[in-house]
Amino acid sequence: MIELSKIHRDFLVGEQRVHALDNINLSIAAGEYISIMGPSGSGKSTLLNLIGLLDRATSGTYLLNQKDVTVLPDAQQAVTRSKTIGFVFQDFHLIPRLTAAENIALPLVLAGTAPLLREPLVSKAVREMGLSDRAHHTPDQLSGGQRQRVAIARATIMQPKILLADEPTGNLDQKSGQDVIAILEQLNRQGITVIIVTHDAHIGKRARRQLRMVDGRIESDQRRHKTGSGE
Amino acid sequence: MTMALRDIIRFSWSALIGYPTRTLLMLLAMAIGVAAVIMLTALGEGARRYVSNEFSALGTNLVIVFPGYSETSGLNPIAMVGTTPRDLTLDDAQALTRNRSIRRIAPINIGSVTASFQGRSREVAVIGSSAELLNIRHWQLAQGQFLPDTDLDRATPVCVIGSKIRAELFAEQTAVGQWIRLGERRFRVVGVMASEGRSIGVDVQDTIIIPVASAQQLFNSPSLFRILVEVKTRAAIESVKQFTIEILKARHQGKRDVTVITQDAVLTTFDRILATLTYAIAGIAAISLAVAGILIMNVMLVAVSQRTAEIGLLKALGAPQEQIIRLILSEAMMLSVLGAIIGLTLGELGCFAIRQAFPDLPAYAPLWAVATAMAVSLLTGFVFSLLPARQAARLDPVSALTGK
Repeated sequence: MIELSKIHRDFLVGEQRVHALDNINLSIAAGEYISIMGPSGSGKSTLLNLIGLLDRATSGTYLLNQKDVTVLPDAQQAVTRSKTIGFVFQDFHLIPRLTAAENIALPLVLAGTAPLLREPLVSKAVREMGLSDRAHHTPDQLSGGQRQRVAIARATIMQPKILLADEPTGNLDQKSGQDVIAILEQLNRQGITVIIVTHDAHIGKRARRQLRMVDGRIESDQRRHKTGSGE
Repeated sequence: MTMALRDIIRFSWSALIGYPTRTLLMLLAMAIGVAAVIMLTALGEGARRYVSNEFSALGTNLVIVFPGYSETSGLNPIAMVGTTPRDLTLDDAQALTRNRSIRRIAPINIGSVTASFQGRSREVAVIGSSAELLNIRHWQLAQGQFLPDTDLDRATPVCVIGSKIRAELFAEQTAVGQWIRLGERRFRVVGVMASEGRSIGVDVQDTIIIPVASAQQLFNSPSLFRILVEVKTRAAIESVKQFTIEILKARHQGKRDVTVITQDAVLTTFDRILATLTYAIAGIAAISLAVAGILIMNVMLVAVSQRTAEIGLLKALGAPQEQIIRLILSEAMMLSVLGAIIGLTLGELGCFAIRQAFPDLPAYAPLWAVATAMAVSLLTGFVFSLLPARQAARLDPVSALTGK
């Protein structure tokens, strides 16, 4: 589903050229559960953003569903993001002036879905995330865990094939973090490809496939063949 | 893949509500600009209408004849001696009635005499004229009748008095039917003028009107002060003017010694000057709208940088560049529309206040000024938010999301 070959991503920091990604070759099949770990600045987030079409490679090829998306015009990139990719961020990125339900509905709104069609999808998502009594609260009235559940509901409302999570538990306490991971694993069991970038080795080890990055390179790519790890 | 208009409006609205200070600031700027255009043009237009009303109070389609004519401007002592004007007489006035385009004429004679009634007396201005004066000047009577419609040379001893004089000479008594003394002669009061506003030059309330022949006897002078000529149609004014000049020249041994002005010509000149003034004022006020536009641009630029993360998020959620542009533009347009509406309301309220404070001044903003103010505010809102919108659309989503 995702084919990265010879991907380089260079940044210019002042006069210095920094190799954020250095010759990445990666193939990800549909339905995989992958964690990306590594020290700060190792290129984890850059890789995730590149997969999510938020960033473009300096060189190399990116095939998404057998389609070359390396240099896609902005409008098509946006459509692809909207239909196939969901993002979950460390600091949630909820719009503070919108309610939980409105935040969840945002991708549908942006895609031009009629309100009548949005309504059942949003209330289903609200129910599934256990936010029924919180749907009309604004983000500042929600706990961290609830906020991240709103963000996950938003990321999955368009039924994407791929869910990209950048440090989804980074701002959460242990308990909320575990809840969020459980939800992501549940989504993975429903067939969504889940890619998590994390610092937390404990969380990283739960993934069936674990990438370890150092200095913009994939240092190790381990698979764990036992499914349904200890929950 | 495009957002529905209703959703765009709702989203922009939530953004406006979400940043009240910024929104209020921009609304204020826009509203002041629009209100300024509306109120200033209303003032200019009001002044124009005021002057034009004052002139039509003189009468409509009026040609005014008065004695004396100087061919050259500038003072020439010899010429002045040489052109001592002939008097304008009642016969001159009669001669004018032969023209078919003239509806009515009123000769005018003025002077000042002592008026007295039962021991009360005062100096008053006296106008000698004919029955037609009432219609020519559009005056109203409060009581009784105006001067009788007789031959111009008949010196009937009757008078019509202004309301102020009525109050001073008669106090609570009935004035109509009483005899008052003007100078050495006695006149019977036949009517009282309605207390109306003054028209240029004469305060009707403080005047006594008597037949022109009586005035000639009273002042012991055959010469007229003015002849007012009312022309039937506007189109005929110029030909009547020429006719008047020619006939009076013929009657005065071929010498042109009268000046003929048309109220129309004076009015047109004033009208043109004041209309130009209104346009100039509108232009100046429009600059304040442009300033509001620049403020909108600045504040929208700040808004974009304040909401970088949000714009990054919208991109991550699949909003293409045009979508971001549409959102920012619609936000600015909503501000412009709201600001324009508030400005319109404020402007109309201001005009209302001006009209309350100065009832004589018809300070109504002309429709073109209202339309232009609204259009310019929308246009500036649009044009000046294009740059911030494009800037927002071009943000790199990755750095935008991290708030860089």
